Amino acid sequence: MDAILIAATLGILVAIVLYLLRAFLGPTSYDRILAMNAVGTKTVILVALLGFVMDRPEFLDIALVYAMINFVATIAILRYVERRRLD
Amino acid sequence: MAIVVYSIAGLFLGLGAVVAITGGVGAIRMPDFYTRCHCAGKGDTLAQLLIMVGLILVALEAYPLSNLAVFKLFFISIFILVTSPTATHAVARGARHDGLVPWKAGDPRR
Repeated sequence: MDAILIAATLGILVAIVLYLLRAFLGPTSYDRILAMNAVGTKTVILVALLGFVMDRPEFLDIALVYAMINFVATIAILRYVERRRLD
Repeated sequence: MAIVVYSIAGLFLGLGAVVAITGGVGAIRMPDFYTRCHCAGKGDTLAQLLIMVGLILVALEAYPLSNLAVFKLFFISIFILVTSPTATHAVARGARHDGLVPWKAGDPRR
């Protein structure tokens, strides 16, 4: 089972690298926001998978918190880019 | 019995990784911001759903139910299932309000 879990982790890492490439290339700032939102979701999956690989399912708490922070951060950055202020 | 559950879980995990890589390739190769929204949003949501189902099967087999791993995975999955399309929609709507013109066939790639 460990081999399949590590293979899935490597696949997620490849996807993260591709999205990071788009975040570097992205011509508009919206491309970058979209790519970083996708990277955040992939990071949640990565943390959950790594918890199972290392046999420490307590990592799921970190994944849960990261999912919430990721959503709020995306909306906040988007609001800042749109209106140039955060209130 | 364990080998059957682990086989199904491995199928889901592999499928989820393939969908995630497909979304990344789409985000690189699509010609326009709105088309990239399509593959990033859908690829994210489906990939996390498949991988979380696989991990739930692993947790059912490997850990006792009192560990709460199954419930945490379920809540993470439901949360991302709601927030990932919402965030993608908000970004696309912001770009539309900002006046970003959609790509048409024949335009140069952006």
